[in-house]
Amino acid sequence: MGSLSRRLGLLVVAFVLVAACGSSTGNNSASCSESTAKTATSASSCGGMDALVAAAKAEGKLNVIALPRNWANYGAILDAFQAKYGIKITSDNPDGSSQDEVNAVKNLGTTSRAPDVLDIGMAVALANTSLFAPYQVSTWNDIPANQKEPTGLWFQDYGGFMSIGYDSSKVPGGSIASIDDLKGPGFRGKVALNGDPTKANAALNGVMMANLAEGGTLDDISKGVDFFHQLKVAGNFDKTQATDATVKAGTTPVVFDWDYLSAAHGADVPTWKVFVPNNVALGGYYAQSINKSAPHPAAARLWEEYLYSNEGQNLWLKGLARPVRQAAMTTAGTVDAAAAAKLPAISGSPQFMSAAQATAANTYLSSHWLQAIS
Amino acid sequence: MSVAGSPAVTTRAGRPLLGGRRLSLDWLGTIPFLAYVAVFLFLPSAIIAIGAFLNVDTGSFTLDNFRNLSRSYIVTSTINTTVWSALTAVVGASLGALLSYAIVTGNPRGILRRMVVSASGVLAQFGGVTLAFAFIASIGPGGLVYIFAQAHGFDYYVNGIWLFELQGLAVVYLYFQIPLMVLVFLPALDGVRPQWREATESLGGTTWHYWRHVAGPLLFPAFLGCTLLLFANAFSAYATANALINQGNPMLSQQIGGALSSETGVADPGFAKAIAVEMIVIVTLVTVLYSLLQRRTARWL
Repeated sequence: MGSLSRRLGLLVVAFVLVAACGSSTGNNSASCSESTAKTATSASSCGGMDALVAAAKAEGKLNVIALPRNWANYGAILDAFQAKYGIKITSDNPDGSSQDEVNAVKNLGTTSRAPDVLDIGMAVALANTSLFAPYQVSTWNDIPANQKEPTGLWFQDYGGFMSIGYDSSKVPGGSIASIDDLKGPGFRGKVALNGDPTKANAALNGVMMANLAEGGTLDDISKGVDFFHQLKVAGNFDKTQATDATVKAGTTPVVFDWDYLSAAHGADVPTWKVFVPNNVALGGYYAQSINKSAPHPAAARLWEEYLYSNEGQNLWLKGLARPVRQAAMTTAGTVDAAAAAKLPAISGSPQFMSAAQATAANTYLSSHWLQAIS
Repeated sequence: MSVAGSPAVTTRAGRPLLGGRRLSLDWLGTIPFLAYVAVFLFLPSAIIAIGAFLNVDTGSFTLDNFRNLSRSYIVTSTINTTVWSALTAVVGASLGALLSYAIVTGNPRGILRRMVVSASGVLAQFGGVTLAFAFIASIGPGGLVYIFAQAHGFDYYVNGIWLFELQGLAVVYLYFQIPLMVLVFLPALDGVRPQWREATESLGGTTWHYWRHVAGPLLFPAFLGCTLLLFANAFSAYATANALINQGNPMLSQQIGGALSSETGVADPGFAKAIAVEMIVIVTLVTVLYSLLQRRTARWL
């Protein structure tokens, strides 16, 4: 496998060499020039992995944005990438939203501070494809077809299922068996979302999950809004945004959030548990995209290669996020089985909101959410 | 203030130079100030105002952003923000003025005055997530004070958790509004001379006469100005409100935040700019009202 890919790489290098000689006499080395890197749609079109690594190292820097260190194990991933390639990562606005990432791409344009790579929610990815450069990582074929844009403008990276995380020492009976439990008197001021559902993807999915658990459908979120209205009337809804700090301090003992984010609270609160209501497997994946005017085009592409390597995928898995290549890696036996065994169990078939369903939910929330919770 | 300074300037600058038109270089001194104001006030305002009339995707002229201001949730936020900012400004100004008066009547070099002024200086700057969290962690539903009070039979959230409502926000805002009032109103109170009161009394005036005809009219413009400052302070606050009431964007500044950074597909930067313009208009209206009022009150002097 190793020698084959190296030979393949050599072949590609040779090919690029020939092509380079043919087109311009000035650039006849096997390296990946900046202009080549900018438009490279795969490692091989940049002269192969080794050339890509060399070019990325020459750039020496990578700008990432909105990657919290405690989100899906990103802290470890950033450190590992820096250590492996000696490329200095500038991590901007770690708590920003997907839209903040896109705003940064637009506002910073072609400056050296612009983000190179993005990790964004699907609504934002689909609405901004004109800002991205197409790229296909070497493990492209492992990504299911419905989880990537065919040319590589975006490709999903990791995901999970919407869940209710709670501090078992602070809820009546020490456990939650059904979403309707949350309406009870023992939950006064304890239930929170990870953001406002008109702003944050995780919160939107939280309301949608309540909606499904209450018998609603992906097309109509009204039962979810009604559920939170009942929580509000019962005095159980906490209007602050649940964060690591509020969970650690115990002010938000019950939180609707992605299972991989929720499970991470266990490090701060040993009695933290994650609960997914029966047959309500509402999944959500984030996606990677490369900024079309990335100031470090080779490093950006190398970052993607790293994220989609076995090493990168297993690091996400250690953060309890489900990496997009998990199925293929399980078949190939390259998955970190110990980390996979720690994932919260899910029952029922996974459901995903389509772009149209998300838009419908947004429209409803825009005009009903404020009313429902005040 | 400007009235006091101008005669001297006019007499000096009015003297003709080189026999012809006066060539005053006085205005040179204002360049740093004007440049500062241009870069940090007028330029951003212009960018916002122009952007509010543009379609974000096509860059063409549109009035849609302003039309969208009539959406019910924006109207609600506008009323919320204006009413609650005004309320915290008036309450904060009144309590702050009383506190300032108490300090002024005391020993000017006393320990009380020094402590209150230093504390006000610190507390007036205490805001944002830290302040909101301080309240949540102390008197919030999971907070130390609440758990203690509840254990002793005093449940102050019996009718709902008001801390996460606008009432709670008002309490938190007052925490920095009152000290700010002390800081800005104290100099005005210091300007009131004891001799004026003595003069009133020697002319046979009562305490009521003194406040109605002397101290009141003198202090009222300053009081109004400080109240306006407090209003703008609350009106534009974002982080505190967002940390305390993260749901539903009850304040206009939060609506701007939502329109700018919503990742669920409803982000609309042009609309955000239109909301910003609305806020600028409201503050401008209040300022105009203030200057009209001040002109009326200044006439009493």
